[in-house]
Amino acid sequence: MSTETSSPLQKKVIESESAVVRFAGDSGDGMQLTGMQFTDTAALLGNDLSTFPDYPAEIRAPIGTIAGVSGFQVHFGSKEIFTPGDNYDVLVAMNAAALKVDLPRLKKGGVIIANIAGFDKKNLNLAKYPEGASPLDDSSLDEYTVHKVDVTKHTKDCLAASGLGMKEIERSKNMFVLGLLFWMFDKSPDSTIAFIKEKFGKKPEIADANIKTLQAGWDYGDNTEIFNTRYVVNAAKLPSGTYRSITGNHATAIGLIAAAEKSGLPLFLGSYPITPATDILHELAKYKTNAVKTFQAEDEIAGICSAIGAAYVGNLAVTTTSGPGMALKTEAAGLSTMLEIPLVIVNVQRGGPSTGLPTKTEQADLLMAMYGRHGEAPVAVIAASSPSDCFSMAFEACRIAVEHMTPVILLTDGYIANGSEPWLFPKAADLKDIKVNFLDKPNGAEGTLLPYKRDEKLARPWIVPGTKGLEHRIGGLEKQHETGNVSHDPMNHEKMVAIRAEKIQKIADTLPLAKAESGKDKGKLLVLGWGSTYGAIKTAARECISEGYDVSHVHLRHLNPFPKNLEEVLKSYDKVLIPEMNCGQLLQLIRGKFLIPAIGLSKVQGLPFTTTELKEKIVELLK
Amino acid sequence: MDTTVTENKLTAKDYSSSQEVKWCPGCGDYSILKQVQTVFPDLGVPKEKFVFISGIGCSSRFTYYMDTFGMHSIHGRAAAIASGVKAANPDLSVWVISGDGDAFSIGGNHFIHAMRKNFNLNYLVFNNQIYSLTKGQYSPTSERGKVTKTSPLGSVEEPFNPSELALGANASFVARSLDRDPKHMQAVLKRAHAFKGTSFVEVYQNCPVFNDEAFFAFSEKDTKKEQAIYLEHGKPLIFGNNDEKGIMLDGLMPRIVDIKANNIPHDHLWIHDEQDKTKANLISRFFNNEFDGVVFPRPFGVIYAKERPVYEEGMTHQIEQAQKLKGKQSLDSILSGDKTWEIK
Ligand SMILES: Cc1ncc(C[n+]2csc(CCOP(=O)(O)OP(=O)(O)O)c2C)c(N)n1
Ligand code: SF4
Repeated sequence: MSTETSSPLQKKVIESESAVVRFAGDSGDGMQLTGMQFTDTAALLGNDLSTFPDYPAEIRAPIGTIAGVSGFQVHFGSKEIFTPGDNYDVLVAMNAAALKVDLPRLKKGGVIIANIAGFDKKNLNLAKYPEGASPLDDSSLDEYTVHKVDVTKHTKDCLAASGLGMKEIERSKNMFVLGLLFWMFDKSPDSTIAFIKEKFGKKPEIADANIKTLQAGWDYGDNTEIFNTRYVVNAAKLPSGTYRSITGNHATAIGLIAAAEKSGLPLFLGSYPITPATDILHELAKYKTNAVKTFQAEDEIAGICSAIGAAYVGNLAVTTTSGPGMALKTEAAGLSTMLEIPLVIVNVQRGGPSTGLPTKTEQADLLMAMYGRHGEAPVAVIAASSPSDCFSMAFEACRIAVEHMTPVILLTDGYIANGSEPWLFPKAADLKDIKVNFLDKPNGAEGTLLPYKRDEKLARPWIVPGTKGLEHRIGGLEKQHETGNVSHDPMNHEKMVAIRAEKIQKIADTLPLAKAESGKDKGKLLVLGWGSTYGAIKTAARECISEGYDVSHVHLRHLNPFPKNLEEVLKSYDKVLIPEMNCGQLLQLIRGKFLIPAIGLSKVQGLPFTTTELKEKIVELLK
Repeated sequence: MDTTVTENKLTAKDYSSSQEVKWCPGCGDYSILKQVQTVFPDLGVPKEKFVFISGIGCSSRFTYYMDTFGMHSIHGRAAAIASGVKAANPDLSVWVISGDGDAFSIGGNHFIHAMRKNFNLNYLVFNNQIYSLTKGQYSPTSERGKVTKTSPLGSVEEPFNPSELALGANASFVARSLDRDPKHMQAVLKRAHAFKGTSFVEVYQNCPVFNDEAFFAFSEKDTKKEQAIYLEHGKPLIFGNNDEKGIMLDGLMPRIVDIKANNIPHDHLWIHDEQDKTKANLISRFFNNEFDGVVFPRPFGVIYAKERPVYEEGMTHQIEQAQKLKGKQSLDSILSGDKTWEIK
C-alpha cells in the first residue's frame, strides 16, 4: 500500500505504511550505533517500531568475514508494529560479507546500498565469492535496485581538511550512511546531531567530523542523480501520551528498580556476566544514586547465593543470568525454595545447549525453569513477551516473590532483551504498591516463634536477622510444619511437599484470566504463545483474521501457575497451535496438564519466527 | 558494626539453642561450639545481630546449635551467601562455619574470593582432614597417601595448606587454633571478631570416628611442645620441651637454633610480626618439609592480621558519594529516561 507523488526536487516520493531497513557490516563498522540512531529518530518522529540487533558470536571475528557480520534491523511504520519484520525493503551492505549474509531476506525489488570500498578483491575473497566475480558487477542483483556508493571515499573527501587521522576518518563512515538513510526516508538528522554533540562533548573535533559526515550523506542523497526516490512513512496513530524507546534488558532493570521503590525494599543484584543478560547488571550498576547494590560475584553460584543472603536479611534480591548460568544456579534455587524467601531469578534465554549460540535467541529453558531442580521444588515462572513487557514482568516477578514468599523465575530471551520498541511508560503513581510483611514479634502460642506458620496465601512470614527476640535457624533440610525445625518424619515431608506446591498454585488467585488478544473467545483455531513470540504471533493472527480466517491468539505471561481459566479457554477452540522457539516445551506442559491434542510449531534456529511462517501454519490448519 | 552492649549481660547458655546436639561423642566440634558460646557474651554485640551461615558437613550443623539467627545452606556456598548478607546489611555480625571439604573443595572458589573481597566477617573452617558427614573420604587437606574408602591404595594428591592458600588469596587475617586448646581458641575467636575484615580461622578438629588423632601431635602433652609453636605478636619464636629451641631468619631462610646451647639472646630470634606479609608467608609454610627438608613446628595463633578496606564499606561509600553528588533519582525520572516524545 503505497502512493507515489513527485516532489519539487523532481524526486519521486513513495509513501508507505511501514518499511524495514537492515544495516549490515563488519562488526567494526558501527552498524549497531547507526541502527539505534536511525531508530531513535524514527521513534521521535512518531513511528511505531521494533528492532532486532543481530550480533556476531565472536567479539572480533576477522574483518570482512561472514562470521564478522553485524546487523541491525528496524521495522517502522505508521501502523502498529510488533516485529522487526520478516524481510527488508532496504539493505545497507558495508561489505561483501554483509551482502552475502543478508541478501536472502531482502524483498524482491528492494533497495541495496552497497559501500563499494567493501567489495574490493580482498573483501570478495573473504566473503567467499568465486574468484573474479562480484555481485555488484554481474547480473545476480538484477531484481533489486542497487546503489553503489563509495562511502569510504566520500567520508575521506569530506574529512580531508579535518586534521583527523585516517583511523578516525574511517570510523565516521557509518555517519555518512546514516545521513543518506535519513535523506531517503525524509527524516531530520537533528536528534542525531544532538546525540553526537553530547557524546563527544569533550572532543569537539570528533563531534564536528561526525556531524559533517552525516550532513554529507544527506547531501549526497539530495544531489545525486541516482537517488531519485524517497520514501515517507508517516507517524503512527498510537495511543496518546509520552513515549520513550526501551530495550528488554533495560526495561527489566528499571522494572526491578520500580518494584524496589513500590515495596520500600532496598534492591540487591548478585550476578555474573553472561550474554545476553549482562546489560541488566550494567544498567543497575548505574543506579547507586538510588542505593541499588550490585554485586559482581565470582561465578553464577555465588551470584544466586549472595542474592539468597540479601533476601534473607530483607532486601529485594535478584540474580540475573542466561542458560549456562541458570544451570549453575539450580542447587541454590532449590535452597531458596526450601527457605521460602523472596528471590527473583531472571533468565535471559539464548540458544543452547551448553555454550550453544550465545548471541542468538531461543526459548528452550522453559522446562528447566519449571522442573530444573532436584526434589519436588516448584517455583513461580513468568515470561515477558516484548521489550517493554520486560518492565511489567520484572515488576510482577518482584510482586509475586515478596507477597508469596517464593523464588520466581522470569524468562526473557536475547531477542526481546536486545530488541527495542517505543514504550508508553507508566507514571510512578500508577504502579501498585507491593506489600511487605516483616514479622517483628512472636507469632505462636505463648510467645513462641513459628517461622513456617502460613497465611491465607500459604506464605510464611519474612523474619530478618536483627529482629530482637526472633532468633531462629533455617536451612535446606526438610522442616517441620510451622516450627521450621529439622524433620525427617516421612508424613511431614509429604505434607510439606504438598504445601509448597499448593502455595505456588495459590498465586493464580491473584492473576488475570487468560483472554484472547486477537480474535474471538471461541472458534476454530487458537494460537497459544508465550514469551517473545508475541509480536510475530500477533501480527500473523491479525493478518489472518483480516483475511477472513477464524483464528485467535492467547498469550501466556504466567506459566506456573497458569491462569485459572486456561483449561476452559483451550477447550473453547477446535484446535490449539503452540509455536515455540524450542522443540515443544509449552506444548508438553499443555498436553500433559489438560490432555488436549495441541499441535506444536517448532523453530530452533536461534532466530525468531517470521510472520510468514506462522501464517502459513495457521492457514494450513484451517484448510 | 553496632557495638552497643546489651543491658543484661548474657551467658554462654543464652547462646545455646533448644536443638539436641547430634555430633558423635568426643567430636571436636563440641569444643568449638562451647568456645564460641563462651566468648559471645563478651563481644558486645546484641544477640539478634549475630548470624551464622554454614555449608554442609558435620561442622556445618553448628548453626542449629547456636541460639542466634542462622542459615544451614548448601555444600560449599556459605561464604557466597554470607557475602550477600553482609553487603545487604553491614550491621550484622556474620560468622561463616565450614569444613575442610566444604571450604576448600566444593567451596574453593568462594573461599579464595572471600579472602580477596574482604567483607568484615568471620570465617571458621573446622579442619578434620576428612569428609565426615559422607563417612570418611579423603579431603583436600588430607595428607598424601591417605587411605580411605575412595583411596584404598592411598591418595595421590598433595594437600592444601589452608593458611598459605588464604594468604595467597590476599587474606587480611589468618589464624590457626585447635579444638583441644579451649583458652587459645577463645583468644583467637576474640581476635577474629575484633578484626575488621574477613577473619579466616582454621581450627584443627578431631573426628574420632573417621580420622582420629589427626592432630594429636600438636595437642597432646608428650609431643605438642616439640611439634607446635605458639605465635604472639612482638614475641620471639620459641618452642621445644624446655623452650630451648628458637627460630631465626637467615635472609629468607628460617633456621631452628638451640637457644640454650648457643646462648642466643631472644632479640636475635625471629620476632613475630603479624603485619609482615613476607614473614607470615614463611610461617604459613611451616607445614611440610618446606625448608631444606627440616621439619618446622606447626604454628598456632594469629599468623597474619593487617586491616585493609572492607568490601561493604566501599560499596556503601560509593552509594553515599553518588547520592551526595547527584541526589536520589525520582522513579518518574527513571521511568521516563532522558529522551521522550509526545504522541497527541
Ligand atoms: C552438592 C553436594 N555435593 C556433595 C554433597 C555431599 N557432602 C556433604 S558434606 C560433604 C563433605 C563434608 O566434609 P567437610 O566439609 O570436611 O565437613 P565435615 O563433615 O568433615 O565436618 C559432602 C561431600 C552435598 N551435600 N552436596
Ligand atoms: S563423624 Fe566425626 S566430625 Fe562428624 S560428628 Fe562424628 S566425630 Fe564429629
